[in-house]
Amino acid sequence: MPTLPDKRGRFGKYGGQYVPETLMPAMLELEQAYLAAKRDKKFQAEVQDCLQQYVGRPTPLYFAERLTKTLGGAKIYLKREDLCHTGAHKINNTVGQALLTRRMKKHRVIAETGAGQHGVAVATVAAMFGLNAEIYMGTEDMERQALNVFRMRLLGSTVTGVDAGSRTLKDAISEAMRDWTTNVRTTHYLLGSVLGAHPYPMMIRDFQAVIGREARKQILSAEGKLPSCLVACVGGGSNSIGLFYPFIKDPKVEMVGVEAGGLGLTSGKHAARFSGGKPGVLHGTMTYLLQDHHGQVSLTHSVSAGLDYPAVGPEHSLHHDAGRIRYTSATDEEALAAFDLLSQEEGIIPALESAHAIAEITKLAPTMRKSQVIIVNLSGRGDKDVQQIARMRGIPL
Amino acid sequence: MPNRIQATFDKLRARGQKALIPYIMAGDPSLTETESLVLALEEAGADLIELGVPFSDPIADGPVIQKAAERALRSGTSLKSILSTVKTLRTKSQIPLILMTYYNTIMAMGENEFCEQAVKAGVDGVIVPDLPPEEADLLCEAADKAGGPVVIFLLAPTSTKSRQAEVIKRTKGFIYYVSLTGITGASLSNMDEVRQNVSKIQKTAKKPVAVGFGISTPDQVKQVAEFADGVIVGSAIVRQIGDHQLDSALIERISQFTQGLKTATLNGK
Repeated sequence: MPTLPDKRGRFGKYGGQYVPETLMPAMLELEQAYLAAKRDKKFQAEVQDCLQQYVGRPTPLYFAERLTKTLGGAKIYLKREDLCHTGAHKINNTVGQALLTRRMKKHRVIAETGAGQHGVAVATVAAMFGLNAEIYMGTEDMERQALNVFRMRLLGSTVTGVDAGSRTLKDAISEAMRDWTTNVRTTHYLLGSVLGAHPYPMMIRDFQAVIGREARKQILSAEGKLPSCLVACVGGGSNSIGLFYPFIKDPKVEMVGVEAGGLGLTSGKHAARFSGGKPGVLHGTMTYLLQDHHGQVSLTHSVSAGLDYPAVGPEHSLHHDAGRIRYTSATDEEALAAFDLLSQEEGIIPALESAHAIAEITKLAPTMRKSQVIIVNLSGRGDKDVQQIARMRGIPL
Repeated sequence: MPNRIQATFDKLRARGQKALIPYIMAGDPSLTETESLVLALEEAGADLIELGVPFSDPIADGPVIQKAAERALRSGTSLKSILSTVKTLRTKSQIPLILMTYYNTIMAMGENEFCEQAVKAGVDGVIVPDLPPEEADLLCEAADKAGGPVVIFLLAPTSTKSRQAEVIKRTKGFIYYVSLTGITGASLSNMDEVRQNVSKIQKTAKKPVAVGFGISTPDQVKQVAEFADGVIVGSAIVRQIGDHQLDSALIERISQFTQGLKTATLNGK
């Protein structure tokens, strides 16, 4: 299999650089800066050091013995990205891009955030590297995730509300792109997932691939063989591609991406791009997109703000068409049940996003043999979701 | 038949005049009003007209045009219904009409279908702000095959020399020079820089250069008309349409404003 993306930033027909001319020179500059950094051993050592000393890597690959017994099938291992500093895999990427920002001699970063996890990870590295950070967040999300807004401000970042469109993640990205268009000479856009124009999907995948590289070593050491199956939730798709990528050339390793099924695929209120979407262009990239037949982008729904986005990373679109990765979905209800299950079986409260992957495990593991092994990416911890769950259940805190 | 865009620039050049190119959002507040506005703009002295196609996520636009797009979408406007409005307009007007649309609306229709329908309707050009030349092969091939519309590319203050050369080579109709590093409706502060950049482009380009983004007053129009071949005014007009859309004198108000802009392009001639 050739190395992807190609020189034009394409994963098959997906990807590319659909951005205004004003941004094009910056995209090319970023690509060159990243490719040079990638070849530079000193930069790689800096990233490695930061991941080890600051993020707390490697994260454990934990054998979930009770969950395995309860489901009565394949052996289940959890890749514990929830144990990263700030509580999710997002920081693997922000550390890499912050080091790159410093290398490009830019002093200001901007970012978008939905649930606030990427925003917190940006605010964190901005504090650590002494960068000015401005984080765009839909006003609807700011209400839902007030705690993370406070957390970002505590870390010294500016949080700017976006009151346009659906007032959620997609509008925050649009606004960050407008800021970047205006301040491109001094500012780096620290995008949070494998979305957007080339080189972002490639670069962010590379920064997240540490998840899969570690998991590969860890499972070989624990089981002496590769896993039968990998499972991860797919919002933009960075935690999933991070786990999958180092296994993509192992044909016997199956991969399952779990999208947000919201209130159910027939309800129209979901974020399952591979069930209801078709190829389109949003925020700089060509990929599967939930849209109406006039090309207007649809509103999405998910209980989990981190999966609530109408497009998916372009590399996923290629693997979907090629059949290399199977994509399925879990509804809000299934995710909430899985949230309880993992909390009570293993003493691990998962992020609502990661609970979608756990929901798939409850369906998949019982159909597999006990000798088979599944790795699930536990992309984040659920502390951020506890208030929301209490509210949904009418429990005053 | 020669392209209406080229014919218009040729005619203006022969008279020593510059093109006034107003932008309005199609379907804001409704396509019926759009039809009346186009005719009124022509009457008031517009030389070419840009029709915005509303999109749910317009990343190159400031709040004024974003809100206009939301109003247009609420009134049920689509690329398809805009094309049928253009078709109706063509029975009454031969002014060059250029669509400004984000790529996804074209993709949803299909590049070939879009170009064929646009030619049939009488659209002369298309500007796609999120489609740099690198990604434009499909659309350009479709336009060549259908005999239109011409694809107009943009240059920005950040464009490098090699990108300038590529855009100058590939654009048809004119070169759209983005006056500032930013989004539509921002304020333009450095006219000298715009003048310098445009004259650099004009040294190598044999095609007309029209300047847009951040031009909102007759005084700015006058300054830009001194050196550019065309002046594009968008947000300043769209804002008035937004503020006065329930006003029965809307058309007259826009007409008067446009007349003022046209006078400014004549520069005392």
